[in-house]
Amino acid sequence: MTLFEAIYVTPPALTAQAPILVVAGPLIGASAAALSPGARTAWMVSVLTAAFALWMSVAVVTEVAREGVVDYALGGFAPPLGIALRIDALGATLALLIASVGLLGALYSGHALSSEVYPGKHGLFQAGYLLCLAGFLGLVFTGDAFNAFVFLEVSSIGTYALVAVGEARDRRALPAAFNYLIFGTVGATFYVLGVGFLYGATGTLNLVDMSVRLAALGDNFAVQAGLAFIVAGLGVKAAIFPLHGWLPGAYAGAPSLVSVFLAATATKSAIYLIVRFVFDVFPTGGFGQTFLALIVAPLAAAAAIVCSVQAIFEKEVRRILAFSSVAQVGFIMLGISLATTGGLSAGVFYLVAHALMKGALFMGVGALAISVKARTVEEFYGLGREAPWSAAAFAVGAASLAGVPLTMGFLAKWSLIAGALEAGALWVVATLAVGSLLTLVYVGRLLEAMFFRAPLPGATRAHEAPFGVLVPLLVMAGLSVWFGVDSSLPESLSRASATGLIGSAR
Amino acid sequence: MNFVVTHFNYLAVIVLMMTGLYVLFATGNLIKRMIGLALFQTSTALLYISLGKVAGGTAAIKIYPDSPEAQALAAQLDPAYVAQFGVSGVVYSNPLPHVLILTAIVVGVATLAVGLSIAVRIREAYGTIEADEIEAVRAREPGE
Repeated sequence: MTLFEAIYVTPPALTAQAPILVVAGPLIGASAAALSPGARTAWMVSVLTAAFALWMSVAVVTEVAREGVVDYALGGFAPPLGIALRIDALGATLALLIASVGLLGALYSGHALSSEVYPGKHGLFQAGYLLCLAGFLGLVFTGDAFNAFVFLEVSSIGTYALVAVGEARDRRALPAAFNYLIFGTVGATFYVLGVGFLYGATGTLNLVDMSVRLAALGDNFAVQAGLAFIVAGLGVKAAIFPLHGWLPGAYAGAPSLVSVFLAATATKSAIYLIVRFVFDVFPTGGFGQTFLALIVAPLAAAAAIVCSVQAIFEKEVRRILAFSSVAQVGFIMLGISLATTGGLSAGVFYLVAHALMKGALFMGVGALAISVKARTVEEFYGLGREAPWSAAAFAVGAASLAGVPLTMGFLAKWSLIAGALEAGALWVVATLAVGSLLTLVYVGRLLEAMFFRAPLPGATRAHEAPFGVLVPLLVMAGLSVWFGVDSSLPESLSRASATGLIGSAR
Repeated sequence: MNFVVTHFNYLAVIVLMMTGLYVLFATGNLIKRMIGLALFQTSTALLYISLGKVAGGTAAIKIYPDSPEAQALAAQLDPAYVAQFGVSGVVYSNPLPHVLILTAIVVGVATLAVGLSIAVRIREAYGTIEADEIEAVRAREPGE
């Protein structure tokens, strides 16, 4: 965090308004994109808006680095009566991640979308994309439990529509989107129900106020049921095993940009909200952490093993990556459920690492699929020689996923093991080891298909992806390597997030 | 029995919620599923509204003690209550849950709209809105 202290990217007057501009910018941009006449204009609106959101996010991060926590009372109404945005180190980290992926995704969409979205629908597609961006950014910024629900649904409704757009390429996207909508809405309604319980018990929706009153209230059944509903509801959105049923179909059917964006941000922001409730709103060492340790952690461990095995036996590349995402969410939740500074910061670090590598992998698949409609592993045979740059970036993402040294994935696994050892949780280390070996199997299978197999007879030859697709892809893959060599930035952010939540004493 | 009478609104919430969830998972018809989803969401709305009710409270519209509304209200209220609190100390129900649920209803309508649009597109692409028939069509496709 100290990295950002001396950085000033905006004039002071703008810095003061930066938190709301991060959210309002994409919302306004979304309407502009919906009204823009052509695909080109819509794309430019999308890129400019995402760049603006990133700029403002950086402004917020620098402010958080200086002040610790940034409070912004909407409309000047002071919390707890007014709705407030409250950004701490964890929220700032997530915002930086989401806005960066958002900008890379927007750049990537310039060429990648042409084959995946019906002509004439680009404006609406970009509008949906920006709505999602606004929803995710709002979710990590808000300091109000019900406001979080609204942002959760703004982003979710956007993603349902975006997944359904994948129909232009593969009509299975439609049932997948419908399924996602059903699962997602039940999850969100559970969240509202849980918030209702907490509201009934404490009489407030402001998260800071709620945590003060909960500490005074002590444990009671209504509060515990509230938390259980909240974690179960958000668990659907975060794809915590066994609530991940919507995910493989949605990731496989969606346009490649949407898969990139969902894999890198959607599950992550839901995990953020779970962490916020368990560690921030609920008293330290209380029911929340017990719930994580006794219920979520075993499920996460099961996800890491079961879904890795499922990924090994899948035929389609995107479904392999999707099951891998569920397994990796398991790793992240394992780290978080250790409930120590080391474990939590390892979890956050892993979360960032996974967002970057899975983003690169899905972008790589999208780039390779532009010239050939490759879907299954067999259809990926030999693509490594035909489209070397895209394949190289894909390989970097895959290496990071498998935990090869000098990639961010290696450091993420390393810090997770260190955190687990520090907490004395040997079974977490064992799960991680088995999960990593299984990861190696399906990653190896993908890389073997791309680089060491001759193309199937009669298969159309692939071409390298256009420049506009390659640049964001290589940047995304490059970040995984850059942070694998010099991890000071994500390391300090995740460390600050963890100490901000549970203090450095433990 | 007394518990049931005093908590009947919460029982209604539970019944409605379970009905919604059952419809959601028991039927393969996509439209009926959306109906189940709407029922399920409505049950939470009812829960919030129940939470906001304050015993003896009136609608949360500010009443000034010497206005004609206050006199009319005093005529309706229990005389013992008026004697104790006066109309100036009128108890209001909590309006915040109503506002929250207004927002949640808007969100629910948006979800319903998106869900129904996707159902329409599924009908166009697969020729059916029954989940098992969609599965059957998918099973015949190559690459499954």
